[in-house]
Amino acid sequence: MRALTWHGTHDVRVDTVDDPEIINSRDAIIEVTSTAICGSDLHLYDGVIPSVLPGDVLGHEFMGRVVETGSDSTLKKGQRVVVPFTISCGGCFHCQIQQFSACENSNPAEKQDMSAKLYGHSMAALFGYSHMTGGYWGGQAEYVRVPYSDVGPIVVPDHLDDDKVLFLSDILPTGWMAAENAEIQPDDTVAVWGCGPVGLFAIQSAIVMGASKVIAIDHYPNRLALAKQLGAEVIDFRKTNVREALIEMSGGIGVDAVIDAVGMETHGFAVDNLVDVVKQKVGMGADRASALKQAILAVRPGGRVSIPGVYGGMTDKFPLGALMEKGLQIRSGQTHVQRYTNDLLEKIEDGTLDTTFLISHRLPLEDAARGYECFRTEQDSWTKVVLKPGMDMPAAN
Amino acid sequence: MTNDKQLGLAGTVAGLGLAIGGLAFGAFLSQRRKGGDDDAPFYTRKSPDSDNAVLGRTVTIRKPRAELYAFWRDFGNLPRFMENVETIRKEGDHRIWVIKAPAGQTVEIKTEVCEDVEGKRIAWRSVEGSDIETRGSVEFADAPGDRGTRVSLVMSYNPPAGNLGRTIAKLFQREPEVQARHDLKRFKGLMETGEIATSAHRKENTRAARQREKET
Ligand SMILES: NC(=O)c1ccc[n+]([C@@H]2O[C@H](COP(=O)([O-])OP(=O)(O)OC[C@H]3O[C@@H](n4cnc5c(N)ncnc54)[C@H](O)[C@@H]3O)[C@@H](O)[C@H]2O)c1
Ligand SMILES: [Zn+2]
Ligand SMILES: [Zn+2]
Repeated sequence: MRALTWHGTHDVRVDTVDDPEIINSRDAIIEVTSTAICGSDLHLYDGVIPSVLPGDVLGHEFMGRVVETGSDSTLKKGQRVVVPFTISCGGCFHCQIQQFSACENSNPAEKQDMSAKLYGHSMAALFGYSHMTGGYWGGQAEYVRVPYSDVGPIVVPDHLDDDKVLFLSDILPTGWMAAENAEIQPDDTVAVWGCGPVGLFAIQSAIVMGASKVIAIDHYPNRLALAKQLGAEVIDFRKTNVREALIEMSGGIGVDAVIDAVGMETHGFAVDNLVDVVKQKVGMGADRASALKQAILAVRPGGRVSIPGVYGGMTDKFPLGALMEKGLQIRSGQTHVQRYTNDLLEKIEDGTLDTTFLISHRLPLEDAARGYECFRTEQDSWTKVVLKPGMDMPAAN
Repeated sequence: MTNDKQLGLAGTVAGLGLAIGGLAFGAFLSQRRKGGDDDAPFYTRKSPDSDNAVLGRTVTIRKPRAELYAFWRDFGNLPRFMENVETIRKEGDHRIWVIKAPAGQTVEIKTEVCEDVEGKRIAWRSVEGSDIETRGSVEFADAPGDRGTRVSLVMSYNPPAGNLGRTIAKLFQREPEVQARHDLKRFKGLMETGEIATSAHRKENTRAARQREKET
């Protein structure tokens, strides 16, 4: 089959690789009809996540048709399914309490040591996201082996286009959980750092949950415009002093909740961010966290900090004092996708949530390498890239 | 049994998996309260009071105690999750563990069950005629509420030829501690999900298959 494979920093290629096959009885094989490039994939592309190996197939946002099923799969051939990016067994303690992204069994035993060492506990497996999280081949491919297919994939009705439901795999539930973690109350003002796909869905979710005001922060005009279109007020952090603006825009109290939808590769020229850029480049493993630091300083005492943005290592000069003295609550994590898919599918069907407004490009899978490059370098206009294995390459110009 | 002494040694340690125990185990156990009187398991001590390699691990498995005990008590089941144990067969009152060693060889350890408390605890040790002295126990205790069962595995072994055996084993990346921890995780996975997790995409790429290939 054809698949997008990782070969090194800023080097991904569409190669011909082995077709996957059923290995365990709960597996299914999905023929991918749509798959997307995520901000999380950029962390792999930029080489800041360890344990990605040359030849690994990337991609964790995908959907398609069931073409093969193991004897214990509950799926049927021909069904259209969206597959959560978190691989969860359904039977362990964490799956049972719906903390699916902490599944104890999906990451093969022999791959658990690295994250156990780094984080104190091993991580669950994710599709197409380094060997630390299992080394499972991902969805930017023609076919994918989906383990525990009786637990994860959600069957979607035929009348909903791929574009409408694809993001149930990750960014829609991620934006939703980010807003849920912010514990939004009706009169709240909520600030969201980052107007990428995750930030945009977090903004939309916060508004649906009844926030009285959502303030979106980024520096790309087009992304800020999308946020505004959703009903947010916006701040361009290159032009405005964010902390001062937030104090003013929340009547001097400070925002009630903050959401960091930026993650470990935050942009900006704050001194500590530049130092962190250098450290990250020379492999000292410091995460760039200037958006998060700013968020912690901006949130009101007793406020909530929600962190959907991905971090992998350590960070310096973390405002620990502000966290303690202001009595903040922090919630974070890889999304418990399976917890949200049914509810969110309903909200897509009844029109509560719009999922297509952020798609800027649809490319054939064959063109995926260009998709990565542009999604990284032209973020303003390339908001979200959807790849279609079946689509023809455009004629050369 | 193996012909090459050196490889045999490595293989023995390498393949120990969960089959390890030790000469001075009893002495070790009697000493275990000596150093401190906190409530932590003795194998979490910062400085061990014995030369023996001892390891202990606990996992919580969302299955009833009786079911887990029964599965383990049927020793023939263990190779399903113990990666380096090829087979365990009964021979009178004893069991013969056939353990994979490097270069396609195997090593055998003869064990007896020295303690068996229905639904709670199973302990075994190697007997005369084994290449290595080993000892192990597994304990099953109810976890709070509906969390299932806490399964604790404690093993001890006398590294053959002092550190040499362990060094060789390390070379083959089959450190008994690591192997045992992984095996215990696989036991948990098998019980909770009915299968062993693998990120292979083809059958010939699973660890089990690759290992089979290496041996032939
Ligand atoms: N928790 C999860 O399960 C989960 C799931 C998906 C994605 N993520 C993570 O969410 C984050 C965002 O994902 P995305 O797809 O939207 O990525 P993206 O790269 O498209 O968007 C990030 C946005 O943040 C903006 N930004 C950078 N620095 C900023 C700063 N200092 N202040 C304000 N905005 C800033 C960028 O301009 C960009 O628009 C990533 O870290 C990604 O890995 C997490
Ligand atoms: Zn993603
Ligand atoms: Zn699980």
